[in-house]
Amino acid sequence: MSATVVAEHVAPARRVSVARGYRFELVKLVSQWRVRLLVLACWITPALFVAGVSQQDTLPSDTLFGRWMHATGWAGPLVMLGFAGSWALPLLASLVAGDVFAAEDRLGTWRHLLVAVRSPARIFVAKSLASVTVMVVLVAGLAASSAAGGLVAVGNQPLVGLDGRLLAPGDAAGRVLLAWLCALAPTLALAAIGLLGSVALGRSSMGLLLPVLVALAMQVAQMLPLPVAVRLALPGYAFIAWNGLFTNPAQLTPLLIGVAVSLAWAALATALAYLLFVRRDFTNPAYDGSGRRAITVGVLPLAALTAVTVGAVAVATPSTGSGIEQGKVQKSLATAFAHLYRMQTEQLHRPAVTEAQLRTSAACTKSDGQAAQEGAGNDWRCVVSWHLPGVAVTGTAIYQLDITSDGRFVADGDGPKEVNGYFLVRTSTGDAPNPLWQFDGNVDLLDTH
Amino acid sequence: MERRHAVRAGGITKCFGDVVALDGVDLEVTQGQIHGLVGPNGAGKTTLLGLLLGLAVADGGRLEILGKQVGRAFAAPDGVAGFVDGPGLYPSLTARQNLAALAALRGHDARTAGIDDVLHQVGLTDVADDRARGFSLGMRQRLGLAAALLTKPRLLVLDEPSNGLDPAGKRHVHRVLTRLAADGTSVVLSSHRMDDLEALCSEVTILATGRVVFSGPLGKLAAESRELEYRLRTSDARAARDLAAETGGVRVVDDAGIRQDAEVFVVRALIPALDELVAQLVRSGIAVRELAPVVSPLEAAFLALTEPDQQEHQREPQHQEVGR
Repeated sequence: MSATVVAEHVAPARRVSVARGYRFELVKLVSQWRVRLLVLACWITPALFVAGVSQQDTLPSDTLFGRWMHATGWAGPLVMLGFAGSWALPLLASLVAGDVFAAEDRLGTWRHLLVAVRSPARIFVAKSLASVTVMVVLVAGLAASSAAGGLVAVGNQPLVGLDGRLLAPGDAAGRVLLAWLCALAPTLALAAIGLLGSVALGRSSMGLLLPVLVALAMQVAQMLPLPVAVRLALPGYAFIAWNGLFTNPAQLTPLLIGVAVSLAWAALATALAYLLFVRRDFTNPAYDGSGRRAITVGVLPLAALTAVTVGAVAVATPSTGSGIEQGKVQKSLATAFAHLYRMQTEQLHRPAVTEAQLRTSAACTKSDGQAAQEGAGNDWRCVVSWHLPGVAVTGTAIYQLDITSDGRFVADGDGPKEVNGYFLVRTSTGDAPNPLWQFDGNVDLLDTH
Repeated sequence: MERRHAVRAGGITKCFGDVVALDGVDLEVTQGQIHGLVGPNGAGKTTLLGLLLGLAVADGGRLEILGKQVGRAFAAPDGVAGFVDGPGLYPSLTARQNLAALAALRGHDARTAGIDDVLHQVGLTDVADDRARGFSLGMRQRLGLAAALLTKPRLLVLDEPSNGLDPAGKRHVHRVLTRLAADGTSVVLSSHRMDDLEALCSEVTILATGRVVFSGPLGKLAAESRELEYRLRTSDARAARDLAAETGGVRVVDDAGIRQDAEVFVVRALIPALDELVAQLVRSGIAVRELAPVVSPLEAAFLALTEPDQQEHQREPQHQEVGR
């Protein structure tokens, strides 16, 4: 006679905990040569790069803080951050997060993993956490290594901020750390986009490239003359907004908005990836991405988030235009000039003056006053005026400003020669770089102060 | 005698869009039995194995695995292990690391999980510390089996476990599966290699276009089969051929064009007619030196039950026989 064991009611299988799944995913990631090489590269290459560049005669002055790499070791990690935000971090997000799900498709291991873990949701959480962990290790490596390279090669000196003010080494260190922490937010957003691409596009190379393509699109967007509200609503803005930490007072509002937008993108893209993943049919070995569903579930909500964020930023902040206005340009330039003038005074062993005594002001025009006096461009011309105690004559100096759409500017001295017309100044100990010849500055696009 | 069932499925249906992968499939696998699943490509074998492994949920029907009713949620009950569409291995890890990672995933200490033992069972001890990247298909199959064994399953589900195995590897796998079954583990395996199934399985289920066309013991399959072709070697081929031609229910197949050995000829018959022919040969003083089916009963049944053309081909001689 044949009889069946009395069936118990639906007894859920014992699932693997997220912690064990996380460890499993980490083991798999770390066992890959590609990930090992990335970790080594991120922890070693920046130190060599910063130390090497710091010893060169020609500095990368087109990169923010690049012109100060001879002066302090704290400029190196900021140069690296500028480079990383443009290229390295999107690439790392692609190589780690952009492949974490697609790798299982490539290896044909989904069914094996599902039988072992017994929960698509837990697999998703474990994979996401593992890829974020690796990303954080890589970002930490870039930051620590570049700082170490700079400190060893140049030393723990004060850093000149974007308003020309000298930041004590301890203060500079804190702000550098904060800048890298802020850059984690857009990195997480790119990593989440990588997860979404990896889930939605399967083995397709588009899935792997998605973070890089999104980052590239964001960079192009930041170069366009977009309204401030749109600029701030893009997830890559936090890669730029950390500049505001190096002014006094710090330009925190755009930075906080940029970080919040990045985190919102990270959360939404991760949630969308989760929805696509748990709805996936794992019994189909020919599965190669969610196809049309990826567009409706993946792209449309992110577009909606952008629209909502643009509206919220436009309502919450006073700036709707480019944010680069004549008054703000003049104020930023005058402030930076005053701080750097004091630095030059000290180099030349002249009697010390304060910013208050200098009463610096700037008068700027764009396109010789022929066009609207606002917006990015390399056609800003400014005359800076200042006063010295006991001197009746007002000092003046001319600058050509190249202002980019994100508010960053390079002020190029145009005379007189003894103030800002030559890149060296003659001091009692020999020639030294002239801080007033060419310097970087930053216009607060929101100007909430 | 009471028999416990590891799998008991009734009226299982599963569709993928408009495609019906399984259409009212019934399956019973007794505890400690090795059950073969046979069918042409696209018959629904992998889908059925996927249901047993908890990779998918049936659209309809009733499924009990190891005494537990499977609900609408993914994941099979504890005690089920195996693989479909090849074993899932991570090429950047060694064989031992693959197993250790799996053991850790299940909360076992890699040192006490029996990794060395299962590697030994499948014959991979010598390559335990080699990366799976360099493994042949057969070695990957064996490592996949080792991964399944690590969980000490009560139901082992294997999809084409003999793919890529050399004779030594096949012997290892057969030995492992036979021992598991003897210890009470049920095994459901699919294969296109009929010799494997005949060597291992006590029962088989044949699927065609998502439906069960046969399920039961191999012996019953042979008995239910239509007439088969047998290769016959005797001490006097000419006399034996004449005798075969005169025996009712036996037809001599004209294979002169392809036969290499003059002492051998082929007859087509049902088993009772074949028994009668053998008896007549012996009575006539003709020694029977070899008698074997040209294709195995399972393969013949498989072809007969799953291929319409073959069914037609099988039917034709029978009709001729009746008419003769």
